[in-house]
Amino acid sequence: MTASDAKPRKPFRWHIIVFLAPAVLVYTAIMIVPLFGTLQFSLFRNVSGGQTFVGLDNFRTLFGDPNWSRGFWNALWNNVWFFIIHMLVQNPIGILLAALLSSPKLRLSSFYRTAIFIPTILSFVIVGFAWKLILSPIWGVAPNLLDLVGLKSLFTPWLGKEEYALTALSLISVWQFVGIPMMLIYAALLSIPDEVIEAAECDGVTGMAQFWKIKLPLILPSIGIISVLTFVANFNAFDLIYSAQGALAGPNYSTDILGTFLYRAFFGFQLQVGDRNMGAAIATMMFLIILTGVCLYLFLIQTRLRRYQF
Amino acid sequence: MNRATASLPRSVAAHAILISYTVIALFPVFVILINSFKTRRSIFGAPMMPPTPETFDLVGYRMVLTQGDFLTYFQNSFIVTVASLFFVLLFGAMAAFALSEYRFRGNRLMGLYLALGIMIPIRLGTVAILQMMVASGLVNTLTALILVYTAQGLPLAVFILTEFMSGVSDDLKNAGRIDGLSEYRIFFRLVLPLVRPAMATVAVFTMIPIWNDLWFPLILAPSEATKTVTLGAQMFIGQYVTNWNAVLAALSLAILPVLVLYLIFSRQLIRGITSGAVK
Repeated sequence: MTASDAKPRKPFRWHIIVFLAPAVLVYTAIMIVPLFGTLQFSLFRNVSGGQTFVGLDNFRTLFGDPNWSRGFWNALWNNVWFFIIHMLVQNPIGILLAALLSSPKLRLSSFYRTAIFIPTILSFVIVGFAWKLILSPIWGVAPNLLDLVGLKSLFTPWLGKEEYALTALSLISVWQFVGIPMMLIYAALLSIPDEVIEAAECDGVTGMAQFWKIKLPLILPSIGIISVLTFVANFNAFDLIYSAQGALAGPNYSTDILGTFLYRAFFGFQLQVGDRNMGAAIATMMFLIILTGVCLYLFLIQTRLRRYQF
Repeated sequence: MNRATASLPRSVAAHAILISYTVIALFPVFVILINSFKTRRSIFGAPMMPPTPETFDLVGYRMVLTQGDFLTYFQNSFIVTVASLFFVLLFGAMAAFALSEYRFRGNRLMGLYLALGIMIPIRLGTVAILQMMVASGLVNTLTALILVYTAQGLPLAVFILTEFMSGVSDDLKNAGRIDGLSEYRIFFRLVLPLVRPAMATVAVFTMIPIWNDLWFPLILAPSEATKTVTLGAQMFIGQYVTNWNAVLAALSLAILPVLVLYLIFSRQLIRGITSGAVK
Protein backbone atom coordinates (compact mmCIF):
# COMPACT_ATOMS: atom_id res chain seq x y z
CA MET A 1 0.00 0.00 0.00
CA THR A 2 1.88 2.99 -1.16
CA ALA A 3 0.08 6.25 -1.15
CA SER A 4 1.34 8.72 -3.66
CA ASP A 5 4.06 10.62 -1.96
CA ALA A 6 4.44 14.18 -0.92
CA LYS A 7 1.26 15.90 -1.87
CA PRO A 8 1.26 19.59 -1.11
CA ARG A 9 -1.00 20.44 1.82
CA LYS A 10 -4.38 21.34 0.55
CA PRO A 11 -7.51 22.55 2.21
CA PHE A 12 -9.73 19.78 3.51
CA ARG A 13 -10.02 17.09 0.89
CA TRP A 14 -13.71 16.25 0.89
CA HIS A 15 -13.37 13.74 -1.89
CA ILE A 16 -11.57 11.32 0.41
CA ILE A 17 -14.62 11.28 2.65
CA VAL A 18 -16.91 10.86 -0.35
CA PHE A 19 -14.88 7.92 -1.62
CA LEU A 20 -14.68 6.19 1.73
CA ALA A 21 -18.08 6.97 3.19
CA PRO A 22 -20.37 4.46 1.43
CA ALA A 23 -18.16 1.45 2.10
CA VAL A 24 -17.36 2.44 5.66
CA LEU A 25 -20.97 3.24 6.49
CA VAL A 26 -22.47 0.03 5.11
CA TYR A 27 -19.69 -2.07 6.58
CA THR A 28 -19.93 -0.45 9.98
CA ALA A 29 -23.71 -0.44 10.17
CA ILE A 30 -24.36 -3.97 8.89
CA MET A 31 -21.28 -5.78 10.06
CA ILE A 32 -19.36 -4.17 12.90
CA VAL A 33 -22.25 -2.74 14.90
CA PRO A 34 -24.27 -6.00 14.83
CA LEU A 35 -21.16 -7.93 15.74
CA PHE A 36 -20.74 -5.88 18.89
CA GLY A 37 -24.49 -5.80 19.35
CA THR A 38 -24.44 -9.59 19.46
CA LEU A 39 -21.61 -9.61 21.95
CA GLN A 40 -23.67 -7.21 24.05
CA PHE A 41 -26.83 -9.33 23.80
CA SER A 42 -24.94 -12.18 25.37
CA LEU A 43 -24.79 -10.18 28.61
CA PHE A 44 -28.54 -9.65 28.81
CA ARG A 45 -31.49 -11.91 29.44
CA ASN A 46 -35.20 -11.64 28.81
CA VAL A 47 -36.78 -11.18 32.20
CA SER A 48 -40.56 -10.60 32.22
CA GLY A 49 -40.66 -9.03 28.80
CA GLY A 50 -37.67 -6.72 29.16
CA GLN A 51 -33.97 -7.16 28.58
CA THR A 52 -32.07 -7.13 31.85
CA PHE A 53 -28.34 -6.99 32.32
CA VAL A 54 -27.20 -10.27 33.86
CA GLY A 55 -23.44 -10.09 33.44
CA LEU A 56 -21.94 -13.44 32.57
CA ASP A 57 -25.00 -15.45 33.62
CA ASN A 58 -25.67 -16.69 30.12
CA PHE A 59 -22.18 -18.10 29.94
CA ARG A 60 -22.64 -19.67 33.36
CA THR A 61 -25.73 -21.37 31.97
CA LEU A 62 -23.90 -22.40 28.82
CA PHE A 63 -21.07 -24.05 30.73
CA GLY A 64 -22.80 -24.92 33.99
CA ASP A 65 -26.22 -26.24 32.99
CA PRO A 66 -25.63 -29.85 31.90
CA ASN A 67 -28.23 -29.57 29.11
CA TRP A 68 -26.38 -26.68 27.54
CA SER A 69 -22.82 -27.59 28.34
CA ARG A 70 -23.17 -31.13 26.98
CA GLY A 71 -24.43 -29.71 23.70
CA PHE A 72 -21.75 -27.06 23.56
CA TRP A 73 -18.78 -29.34 24.21
CA ASN A 74 -20.19 -31.92 21.84
CA ALA A 75 -20.51 -29.28 19.11
CA LEU A 76 -17.06 -27.91 19.84
CA TRP A 77 -15.33 -31.32 19.70
CA ASN A 78 -17.19 -32.22 16.55
CA ASN A 79 -16.06 -28.94 15.10
CA VAL A 80 -12.45 -29.66 16.04
CA TRP A 81 -12.67 -33.07 14.38
CA PHE A 82 -14.23 -31.44 11.32
CA PHE A 83 -11.26 -29.07 11.17
CA ILE A 84 -8.67 -31.83 11.71
CA ILE A 85 -10.06 -33.85 8.82
CA HIS A 86 -9.87 -30.78 6.60
CA MET A 87 -6.27 -30.13 7.55
CA LEU A 88 -5.21 -33.75 7.15
CA VAL A 89 -7.07 -34.55 3.95
CA GLN A 90 -7.94 -31.37 2.09
CA ASN A 91 -4.59 -29.63 2.25
CA PRO A 92 -2.34 -32.58 1.31
CA ILE A 93 -4.61 -33.46 -1.62
CA GLY A 94 -4.67 -29.81 -2.63
CA ILE A 95 -0.88 -29.61 -2.52
CA LEU A 96 -0.48 -32.85 -4.46
CA LEU A 97 -2.85 -31.73 -7.20
CA ALA A 98 -1.25 -28.30 -7.39
CA ALA A 99 2.24 -29.80 -7.61
CA LEU A 100 1.12 -32.06 -10.45
CA LEU A 101 -0.67 -29.25 -12.25
CA SER A 102 2.26 -26.89 -12.01
CA SER A 103 4.70 -29.22 -13.69
CA PRO A 104 5.64 -27.62 -16.98
CA LYS A 105 4.55 -29.17 -20.27
CA LEU A 106 1.62 -30.91 -18.64
CA ARG A 107 -1.09 -31.23 -21.23
CA LEU A 108 -4.75 -30.57 -20.45
CA SER A 109 -3.79 -28.76 -17.28
CA SER A 110 -6.42 -26.07 -17.72
CA PHE A 111 -9.06 -28.76 -18.22
CA TYR A 112 -8.08 -30.42 -14.94
CA ARG A 113 -8.07 -27.12 -13.10
CA THR A 114 -11.51 -26.19 -14.37
CA ALA A 115 -12.98 -29.61 -13.65
CA ILE A 116 -11.56 -30.05 -10.18
CA PHE A 117 -12.75 -26.60 -9.16
CA ILE A 118 -16.38 -27.31 -10.14
CA PRO A 119 -17.54 -28.70 -6.76
CA THR A 120 -16.30 -25.54 -5.06
CA ILE A 121 -18.74 -23.32 -6.94
CA LEU A 122 -21.77 -25.44 -6.04
CA SER A 123 -23.86 -24.52 -3.05
CA PHE A 124 -23.79 -26.59 0.13
CA VAL A 125 -27.41 -27.47 -0.42
CA ILE A 126 -26.66 -29.15 -3.72
CA VAL A 127 -23.55 -30.86 -2.38
CA GLY A 128 -25.29 -32.03 0.78
CA PHE A 129 -28.26 -33.53 -1.00
CA ALA A 130 -26.29 -34.93 -3.89
CA TRP A 131 -24.06 -36.89 -1.55
CA LYS A 132 -26.96 -37.87 0.62
CA LEU A 133 -28.58 -39.45 -2.42
CA ILE A 134 -25.38 -41.10 -3.59
CA LEU A 135 -24.58 -42.57 -0.19
CA SER A 136 -28.18 -43.60 0.36
CA PRO A 137 -28.66 -47.35 0.70
CA ILE A 138 -32.03 -46.98 -1.05
CA TRP A 139 -30.58 -45.72 -4.30
CA GLY A 140 -27.55 -47.92 -4.23
CA VAL A 141 -25.05 -45.89 -6.23
CA ALA A 142 -22.36 -46.15 -3.58
CA PRO A 143 -22.84 -49.89 -2.91
CA ASN A 144 -22.84 -50.56 -6.65
CA LEU A 145 -19.60 -48.69 -7.07
CA LEU A 146 -17.99 -50.52 -4.18
CA ASP A 147 -19.24 -53.76 -5.72
CA LEU A 148 -17.28 -52.94 -8.89
CA VAL A 149 -14.05 -53.02 -6.92
CA GLY A 150 -15.17 -55.94 -4.81
CA LEU A 151 -15.55 -54.00 -1.58
CA LYS A 152 -19.30 -54.09 -1.23
CA SER A 153 -19.01 -55.53 2.26
CA LEU A 154 -17.51 -52.23 3.40
CA PHE A 155 -20.69 -50.33 2.67
CA THR A 156 -22.81 -49.05 5.49
CA PRO A 157 -25.15 -46.06 5.46
CA TRP A 158 -22.36 -43.77 6.60
CA LEU A 159 -24.47 -40.67 7.06
CA GLY A 160 -26.91 -42.56 9.26
CA LYS A 161 -24.41 -44.06 11.69
CA GLU A 162 -23.31 -42.08 14.68
CA GLU A 163 -19.71 -43.18 14.50
CA TYR A 164 -19.22 -42.38 10.81
CA ALA A 165 -21.58 -39.50 10.02
CA LEU A 166 -19.34 -36.62 11.03
CA THR A 167 -16.29 -38.03 9.26
CA ALA A 168 -18.36 -38.69 6.15
CA LEU A 169 -19.65 -35.12 6.16
CA SER A 170 -16.15 -33.74 6.71
CA LEU A 171 -14.94 -35.69 3.72
CA ILE A 172 -17.83 -34.39 1.64
CA SER A 173 -16.82 -30.87 2.63
CA VAL A 174 -13.22 -31.69 1.72
CA TRP A 175 -14.43 -32.97 -1.64
CA GLN A 176 -16.18 -29.67 -2.19
CA PHE A 177 -13.37 -27.35 -1.16
CA VAL A 178 -10.21 -29.05 -2.31
CA GLY A 179 -10.20 -26.65 -5.24
CA ILE A 180 -9.30 -23.68 -3.05
CA PRO A 181 -5.99 -24.97 -1.60
CA MET A 182 -5.23 -26.42 -5.00
CA MET A 183 -5.60 -23.05 -6.70
CA LEU A 184 -3.77 -21.00 -4.07
CA ILE A 185 -0.84 -23.43 -3.90
CA TYR A 186 -0.80 -23.63 -7.67
CA ALA A 187 -0.48 -19.84 -7.79
CA ALA A 188 2.30 -19.94 -5.21
CA LEU A 189 4.17 -22.62 -7.14
CA LEU A 190 3.90 -20.65 -10.36
CA SER A 191 5.34 -17.60 -8.68
CA ILE A 192 8.59 -19.39 -7.82
CA PRO A 193 11.05 -17.93 -10.30
CA ASP A 194 12.70 -20.16 -12.87
CA GLU A 195 16.18 -19.19 -11.69
CA VAL A 196 15.63 -20.85 -8.34
CA ILE A 197 14.49 -24.07 -10.00
CA GLU A 198 17.33 -23.95 -12.50
CA ALA A 199 19.85 -23.39 -9.74
CA ALA A 200 18.44 -26.42 -7.94
CA GLU A 201 18.73 -28.49 -11.09
CA CYS A 202 22.32 -27.43 -11.58
CA ASP A 203 22.98 -28.72 -8.11
CA GLY A 204 21.33 -31.99 -9.04
CA VAL A 205 18.19 -31.47 -6.96
CA THR A 206 15.31 -32.74 -9.09
CA GLY A 207 11.97 -34.48 -8.83
CA MET A 208 10.70 -35.27 -5.36
CA ALA A 209 13.77 -33.90 -3.61
CA GLN A 210 13.28 -30.63 -5.44
CA PHE A 211 9.69 -30.47 -4.26
CA TRP A 212 10.48 -31.19 -0.62
CA LYS A 213 13.63 -29.12 -0.31
CA ILE A 214 13.03 -26.16 -2.59
CA LYS A 215 9.37 -25.70 -3.41
CA LEU A 216 7.67 -26.70 -0.18
CA PRO A 217 9.59 -24.21 1.99
CA LEU A 218 8.75 -21.50 -0.53
CA ILE A 219 5.00 -22.19 -0.43
CA LEU A 220 4.76 -22.46 3.36
CA PRO A 221 3.26 -18.96 3.69
CA SER A 222 0.45 -19.97 1.33
CA ILE A 223 -0.15 -23.12 3.34
CA GLY A 224 -0.38 -20.96 6.45
CA ILE A 225 -2.99 -18.74 4.87
CA ILE A 226 -4.98 -21.72 3.64
CA SER A 227 -4.91 -23.17 7.14
CA VAL A 228 -6.29 -20.04 8.74
CA LEU A 229 -8.94 -19.66 6.02
CA THR A 230 -9.94 -23.28 6.58
CA PHE A 231 -10.08 -22.66 10.32
CA VAL A 232 -12.39 -19.66 9.98
CA ALA A 233 -14.60 -21.41 7.44
CA ASN A 234 -14.86 -24.60 9.51
CA PHE A 235 -15.72 -22.95 12.80
CA ASN A 236 -18.34 -20.93 11.00
CA ALA A 237 -19.79 -23.82 8.97
CA PHE A 238 -23.49 -24.52 9.03
CA ASP A 239 -25.00 -25.01 5.59
CA LEU A 240 -23.66 -28.44 4.73
CA ILE A 241 -24.72 -30.04 8.01
CA TYR A 242 -28.08 -28.28 7.90
CA SER A 243 -28.88 -29.41 4.39
CA ALA A 244 -27.61 -32.97 4.80
CA GLN A 245 -28.72 -33.73 8.35
CA GLY A 246 -31.20 -30.99 9.26
CA ALA A 247 -31.08 -28.59 12.20
CA LEU A 248 -30.96 -31.50 14.63
CA ALA A 249 -27.62 -32.58 13.18
CA GLY A 250 -28.47 -36.26 13.50
CA PRO A 251 -28.00 -39.06 14.12
CA ASN A 252 -28.26 -38.19 17.80
CA TYR A 253 -26.37 -34.88 17.46
CA SER A 254 -23.28 -36.70 16.26
CA THR A 255 -22.77 -34.16 13.46
CA ASP A 256 -23.67 -31.11 15.53
CA ILE A 257 -21.14 -28.32 15.07
CA LEU A 258 -21.13 -24.80 16.50
CA GLY A 259 -23.07 -23.34 13.56
CA THR A 260 -26.00 -25.75 13.92
CA PHE A 261 -25.85 -25.47 17.70
CA LEU A 262 -26.13 -21.68 17.40
CA TYR A 263 -29.02 -22.02 14.96
CA ARG A 264 -30.98 -24.28 17.31
CA ALA A 265 -30.30 -22.11 20.34
CA PHE A 266 -31.28 -18.95 18.49
CA PHE A 267 -34.37 -20.20 16.66
CA GLY A 268 -35.38 -23.13 18.76
CA PHE A 269 -36.45 -26.49 17.43
CA GLN A 270 -39.19 -28.92 18.31
CA LEU A 271 -39.54 -28.63 22.09
CA GLN A 272 -36.91 -26.00 22.79
CA VAL A 273 -37.91 -22.36 22.51
CA GLY A 274 -35.53 -20.08 20.65
CA ASP A 275 -33.49 -17.88 22.94
CA ARG A 276 -31.86 -14.80 21.47
CA ASN A 277 -29.54 -14.21 24.37
CA MET A 278 -28.25 -17.77 24.55
CA GLY A 279 -27.79 -17.61 20.78
CA ALA A 280 -25.74 -14.46 21.28
CA ALA A 281 -23.69 -16.18 24.01
CA ILE A 282 -22.86 -19.04 21.63
CA ALA A 283 -22.04 -16.58 18.84
CA THR A 284 -19.73 -14.81 21.29
CA MET A 285 -17.94 -18.08 22.03
CA MET A 286 -17.56 -18.69 18.29
CA PHE A 287 -16.24 -15.16 17.91
CA LEU A 288 -13.65 -15.76 20.63
CA ILE A 289 -12.60 -19.10 19.14
CA ILE A 290 -12.18 -17.64 15.66
CA LEU A 291 -10.42 -14.57 17.03
CA THR A 292 -8.00 -16.74 19.01
CA GLY A 293 -7.24 -18.81 15.94
CA VAL A 294 -6.68 -15.79 13.74
CA CYS A 295 -4.48 -14.07 16.34
CA LEU A 296 -2.43 -17.22 16.86
CA TYR A 297 -1.87 -17.31 13.15
CA LEU A 298 -1.03 -13.62 12.82
CA PHE A 299 1.30 -13.35 15.80
CA LEU A 300 2.83 -16.80 16.12
CA ILE A 301 2.87 -18.38 12.71
CA GLN A 302 2.93 -15.62 10.18
CA THR A 303 5.76 -13.71 11.80
CA ARG A 304 7.90 -16.84 11.92
CA LEU A 305 7.38 -17.86 8.35
CA ARG A 306 10.08 -16.38 6.26
CA ARG A 307 8.78 -14.64 3.23
CA TYR A 308 11.00 -14.76 0.22
CA GLN A 309 11.13 -11.73 -1.97
CA PHE A 310 12.21 -12.36 -5.50
CA MET B 1 14.63 -26.72 -19.21
CA ASN B 2 12.86 -29.40 -17.29
CA ARG B 3 13.74 -32.38 -19.41
CA ALA B 4 14.55 -34.42 -16.35
CA THR B 5 11.10 -34.04 -14.81
CA ALA B 6 9.08 -34.52 -17.99
CA SER B 7 9.94 -38.15 -18.51
CA LEU B 8 7.23 -40.44 -19.78
CA PRO B 9 6.40 -42.64 -16.74
CA ARG B 10 6.28 -39.56 -14.57
CA SER B 11 3.82 -37.75 -16.76
CA VAL B 12 1.68 -40.87 -17.14
CA ALA B 13 1.50 -41.11 -13.37
CA ALA B 14 0.62 -37.41 -13.11
CA HIS B 15 -2.18 -37.81 -15.63
CA ALA B 16 -3.45 -40.92 -13.89
CA ILE B 17 -3.74 -39.10 -10.56
CA LEU B 18 -5.29 -36.00 -12.09
CA ILE B 19 -7.79 -37.99 -14.13
CA SER B 20 -8.87 -40.05 -11.16
CA TYR B 21 -9.36 -36.95 -9.06
CA THR B 22 -11.28 -35.26 -11.86
CA VAL B 23 -13.57 -38.28 -11.97
CA ILE B 24 -14.10 -38.05 -8.22
CA ALA B 25 -14.86 -34.34 -8.53
CA LEU B 26 -17.31 -34.66 -11.39
CA PHE B 27 -18.95 -37.99 -10.69
CA PRO B 28 -21.62 -36.86 -8.19
CA VAL B 29 -22.64 -33.93 -10.38
CA PHE B 30 -22.79 -36.22 -13.40
CA VAL B 31 -24.92 -38.84 -11.64
CA ILE B 32 -27.41 -36.21 -10.45
CA LEU B 33 -27.69 -34.61 -13.88
CA ILE B 34 -28.19 -37.80 -15.91
CA ASN B 35 -30.68 -39.29 -13.50
CA SER B 36 -32.81 -36.18 -13.44
CA PHE B 37 -33.84 -36.97 -17.02
CA LYS B 38 -34.90 -40.55 -16.35
CA THR B 39 -37.99 -42.45 -15.33
CA ARG B 40 -38.32 -43.42 -11.72
CA ARG B 41 -37.83 -47.06 -12.54
CA SER B 42 -34.54 -46.56 -14.34
CA ILE B 43 -33.24 -44.16 -11.72
CA PHE B 44 -33.26 -47.11 -9.37
CA GLY B 45 -32.74 -49.87 -11.92
CA ALA B 46 -29.63 -48.50 -13.59
CA PRO B 47 -28.44 -45.36 -11.82
CA MET B 48 -25.16 -45.24 -13.69
CA MET B 49 -26.64 -45.29 -17.18
CA PRO B 50 -27.24 -42.10 -19.14
CA PRO B 51 -30.85 -41.63 -20.25
CA THR B 52 -31.84 -43.61 -23.35
CA PRO B 53 -34.95 -42.93 -25.47
CA GLU B 54 -36.86 -45.54 -23.44
CA THR B 55 -35.85 -44.22 -20.06
CA PHE B 56 -35.97 -40.51 -20.89
CA ASP B 57 -38.53 -38.70 -18.82
CA LEU B 58 -39.04 -35.10 -17.75
CA VAL B 59 -41.57 -35.85 -15.03
CA GLY B 60 -39.26 -34.47 -12.36
CA TYR B 61 -38.88 -31.13 -14.11
CA ARG B 62 -42.63 -30.89 -14.69
CA MET B 63 -43.17 -31.53 -11.02
CA VAL B 64 -40.64 -28.89 -9.97
CA LEU B 65 -41.99 -26.26 -12.35
CA THR B 66 -45.61 -26.79 -11.33
CA GLN B 67 -45.14 -27.33 -7.59
CA GLY B 68 -42.31 -25.02 -6.69
CA ASP B 69 -42.11 -21.43 -7.73
CA PHE B 70 -38.62 -21.73 -9.13
CA LEU B 71 -39.02 -18.86 -11.53
CA THR B 72 -39.55 -16.48 -8.63
CA TYR B 73 -36.65 -18.03 -6.75
CA PHE B 74 -34.34 -17.53 -9.70
CA GLN B 75 -35.50 -13.97 -10.07
CA ASN B 76 -34.88 -13.29 -6.37
CA SER B 77 -31.43 -14.82 -6.45
CA PHE B 78 -30.64 -12.86 -9.56
CA ILE B 79 -31.79 -9.53 -8.13
CA VAL B 80 -29.98 -10.07 -4.83
CA THR B 81 -26.75 -11.19 -6.46
CA VAL B 82 -26.61 -8.48 -9.10
CA ALA B 83 -27.56 -5.65 -6.74
CA SER B 84 -25.10 -6.74 -4.04
CA LEU B 85 -22.40 -7.19 -6.64
CA PHE B 86 -23.01 -3.70 -7.98
CA PHE B 87 -22.73 -2.10 -4.56
CA VAL B 88 -19.73 -4.17 -3.51
CA LEU B 89 -17.85 -3.25 -6.67
CA LEU B 90 -18.79 0.42 -6.63
CA PHE B 91 -18.28 1.08 -2.92
CA GLY B 92 -15.32 -1.25 -2.73
CA ALA B 93 -13.54 0.40 -5.64
CA MET B 94 -14.23 3.86 -4.25
CA ALA B 95 -12.82 2.98 -0.84
CA ALA B 96 -9.87 1.17 -2.38
CA PHE B 97 -9.13 4.23 -4.46
CA ALA B 98 -9.18 6.49 -1.41
CA LEU B 99 -6.90 4.11 0.50
CA SER B 100 -4.40 3.61 -2.29
CA GLU B 101 -4.35 7.12 -3.74
CA TYR B 102 -4.45 9.57 -0.87
CA ARG B 103 -2.26 9.93 2.10
CA PHE B 104 -4.25 10.97 5.11
CA ARG B 105 -4.23 10.48 8.81
CA GLY B 106 -5.63 7.06 9.73
CA ASN B 107 -5.13 5.58 6.29
CA ARG B 108 -3.52 2.37 7.52
CA LEU B 109 -5.93 2.08 10.39
CA MET B 110 -8.88 2.42 8.04
CA GLY B 111 -7.38 -0.26 5.80
CA LEU B 112 -7.01 -2.61 8.77
CA TYR B 113 -10.51 -1.82 9.99
CA LEU B 114 -11.99 -2.70 6.62
CA ALA B 115 -9.84 -5.83 6.35
CA LEU B 116 -11.11 -7.12 9.69
CA GLY B 117 -14.20 -8.48 7.97
CA ILE B 118 -12.12 -10.88 5.87
CA MET B 119 -11.31 -12.90 8.94
CA ILE B 120 -14.36 -12.37 11.13
CA PRO B 121 -17.47 -13.82 9.50
CA ILE B 122 -20.56 -11.62 9.38
CA ARG B 123 -22.68 -14.57 10.49
CA LEU B 124 -21.60 -14.10 14.08
CA GLY B 125 -23.58 -10.86 14.16
CA THR B 126 -26.77 -12.58 13.02
CA VAL B 127 -28.64 -12.11 16.30
CA ALA B 128 -28.28 -8.34 16.16
CA ILE B 129 -28.70 -8.17 12.38
CA LEU B 130 -32.05 -9.92 12.63
CA GLN B 131 -33.14 -7.59 15.39
CA MET B 132 -32.08 -4.58 13.33
CA MET B 133 -33.96 -5.83 10.29
CA VAL B 134 -37.07 -6.48 12.37
CA ALA B 135 -36.85 -2.99 13.84
CA SER B 136 -36.53 -1.38 10.42
CA GLY B 137 -39.22 -3.56 8.87
CA LEU B 138 -36.85 -5.11 6.36
CA VAL B 139 -37.45 -8.74 7.30
CA ASN B 140 -38.63 -10.75 4.32
CA THR B 141 -37.43 -8.18 1.83
CA LEU B 142 -34.67 -8.58 -0.68
CA THR B 143 -33.24 -5.26 0.55
CA ALA B 144 -32.20 -6.93 3.80
CA LEU B 145 -30.24 -9.56 1.90
CA ILE B 146 -28.66 -7.01 -0.41
CA LEU B 147 -27.49 -4.92 2.55
CA VAL B 148 -26.01 -7.90 4.35
CA TYR B 149 -24.25 -9.24 1.28
CA THR B 150 -22.87 -5.82 0.43
CA ALA B 151 -21.33 -5.58 3.88
CA GLN B 152 -20.10 -9.16 3.62
CA GLY B 153 -18.41 -8.65 0.26
CA LEU B 154 -16.79 -5.28 0.93
CA PRO B 155 -13.75 -6.28 3.03
CA LEU B 156 -12.27 -8.66 0.46
CA ALA B 157 -13.16 -6.32 -2.41
CA VAL B 158 -11.43 -3.36 -0.77
CA PHE B 159 -8.41 -5.50 0.08
CA ILE B 160 -7.89 -6.88 -3.42
CA LEU B 161 -8.70 -3.65 -5.24
CA THR B 162 -6.38 -1.58 -3.04
CA GLU B 163 -3.47 -3.78 -4.10
CA PHE B 164 -4.37 -3.37 -7.73
CA MET B 165 -5.05 0.34 -7.63
CA SER B 166 -1.72 1.13 -6.02
CA GLY B 167 -0.23 -0.37 -9.17
CA VAL B 168 -1.89 2.18 -11.45
CA SER B 169 0.70 4.63 -12.68
CA ASP B 170 0.83 7.94 -10.84
CA ASP B 171 1.92 9.78 -13.97
CA LEU B 172 -1.36 9.00 -15.64
CA LYS B 173 -3.39 10.36 -12.73
CA ASN B 174 -1.20 13.42 -12.42
CA ALA B 175 -1.55 14.07 -16.14
CA GLY B 176 -5.29 13.96 -15.60
CA ARG B 177 -4.98 16.42 -12.74
CA ILE B 178 -2.96 18.81 -14.86
CA ASP B 179 -5.66 18.61 -17.51
CA GLY B 180 -8.07 19.78 -14.86
CA LEU B 181 -9.97 16.56 -14.21
CA SER B 182 -11.63 16.41 -10.82
CA GLU B 183 -10.69 13.57 -8.46
CA TYR B 184 -14.04 11.92 -9.21
CA ARG B 185 -13.38 11.97 -12.93
CA ILE B 186 -9.91 10.59 -12.44
CA PHE B 187 -11.44 7.72 -10.54
CA PHE B 188 -14.29 6.95 -12.91
CA ARG B 189 -12.60 7.79 -16.21
CA LEU B 190 -8.98 6.81 -15.68
CA VAL B 191 -8.61 4.35 -12.86
CA LEU B 192 -11.78 2.23 -13.07
CA PRO B 193 -11.23 1.15 -16.69
CA LEU B 194 -7.66 0.18 -15.84
CA VAL B 195 -8.59 -2.13 -12.98
CA ARG B 196 -11.37 -3.88 -14.87
CA PRO B 197 -9.64 -7.29 -14.73
CA ALA B 198 -9.33 -7.02 -10.96
CA MET B 199 -12.98 -6.01 -10.74
CA ALA B 200 -13.95 -9.14 -12.67
CA THR B 201 -11.99 -11.28 -10.23
CA VAL B 202 -13.63 -9.60 -7.26
CA ALA B 203 -17.01 -10.02 -8.94
CA VAL B 204 -16.61 -13.78 -9.25
CA PHE B 205 -15.37 -14.12 -5.68
CA THR B 206 -18.25 -12.06 -4.36
CA MET B 207 -20.90 -13.71 -6.47
CA ILE B 208 -20.39 -17.36 -5.59
CA PRO B 209 -20.94 -17.13 -1.82
CA ILE B 210 -23.92 -14.82 -2.29
CA TRP B 211 -25.65 -17.09 -4.77
CA ASN B 212 -24.95 -20.16 -2.64
CA ASP B 213 -25.75 -18.76 0.79
CA LEU B 214 -28.38 -20.53 2.83
CA TRP B 215 -28.00 -18.94 6.25
CA PHE B 216 -29.21 -15.38 5.62
CA PRO B 217 -32.09 -16.24 3.27
CA LEU B 218 -33.23 -18.77 5.87
CA ILE B 219 -33.11 -16.24 8.67
CA LEU B 220 -33.83 -12.87 7.07
CA ALA B 221 -36.07 -13.65 4.10
CA PRO B 222 -37.74 -17.07 4.31
CA SER B 223 -41.11 -15.94 2.93
CA GLU B 224 -42.39 -17.51 -0.27
CA ALA B 225 -42.01 -14.27 -2.22
CA THR B 226 -38.40 -13.63 -1.24
CA LYS B 227 -36.89 -17.12 -1.27
CA THR B 228 -33.66 -17.47 -3.19
CA VAL B 229 -32.91 -20.50 -5.33
CA THR B 230 -30.67 -22.04 -2.71
CA LEU B 231 -33.30 -21.77 -0.01
CA GLY B 232 -36.10 -22.68 -2.42
CA ALA B 233 -34.31 -25.82 -3.54
CA GLN B 234 -33.53 -26.71 0.06
CA MET B 235 -37.16 -26.40 1.14
CA PHE B 236 -38.55 -28.04 -1.96
CA ILE B 237 -36.28 -31.03 -1.52
CA GLY B 238 -37.15 -31.23 2.14
CA GLN B 239 -40.82 -31.42 1.22
CA TYR B 240 -40.57 -33.86 -1.67
CA VAL B 241 -37.82 -35.95 -0.19
CA THR B 242 -39.37 -39.23 -1.28
CA ASN B 243 -40.07 -38.09 -4.82
CA TRP B 244 -36.73 -38.84 -6.39
CA ASN B 245 -37.59 -37.46 -9.81
CA ALA B 246 -38.51 -34.11 -8.34
CA VAL B 247 -35.50 -33.99 -6.02
CA LEU B 248 -33.05 -34.80 -8.78
CA ALA B 249 -34.66 -32.27 -11.11
CA ALA B 250 -34.57 -29.56 -8.43
CA LEU B 251 -30.90 -30.26 -7.77
CA SER B 252 -30.11 -30.13 -11.48
CA LEU B 253 -31.97 -26.86 -11.86
CA ALA B 254 -29.91 -25.42 -9.03
CA ILE B 255 -26.66 -26.76 -10.46
CA LEU B 256 -27.08 -25.77 -14.10
CA PRO B 257 -27.04 -21.95 -13.98
CA VAL B 258 -23.98 -21.89 -11.72
CA LEU B 259 -22.26 -24.45 -13.88
CA VAL B 260 -22.92 -22.54 -17.09
CA LEU B 261 -21.77 -19.24 -15.56
CA TYR B 262 -18.67 -20.93 -14.20
CA LEU B 263 -17.74 -22.46 -17.53
CA ILE B 264 -18.09 -19.04 -19.15
CA PHE B 265 -16.06 -17.21 -16.51
CA SER B 266 -13.70 -19.94 -15.32
CA ARG B 267 -10.79 -18.52 -17.26
CA GLN B 268 -11.28 -15.16 -15.55
CA LEU B 269 -11.68 -16.74 -12.14
CA ILE B 270 -8.63 -18.95 -12.41
CA ARG B 271 -6.53 -16.17 -13.80
CA GLY B 272 -7.69 -13.99 -10.93
CA ILE B 273 -6.67 -16.54 -8.32
CA THR B 274 -3.39 -17.42 -9.92
CA SER B 275 -2.36 -13.85 -10.57
CA GLY B 276 -1.71 -13.70 -6.86
CA ALA B 277 -4.52 -11.29 -6.19
CA VAL B 278 -5.58 -13.34 -3.21
CA LYS B 279 -2.70 -14.03 -0.96
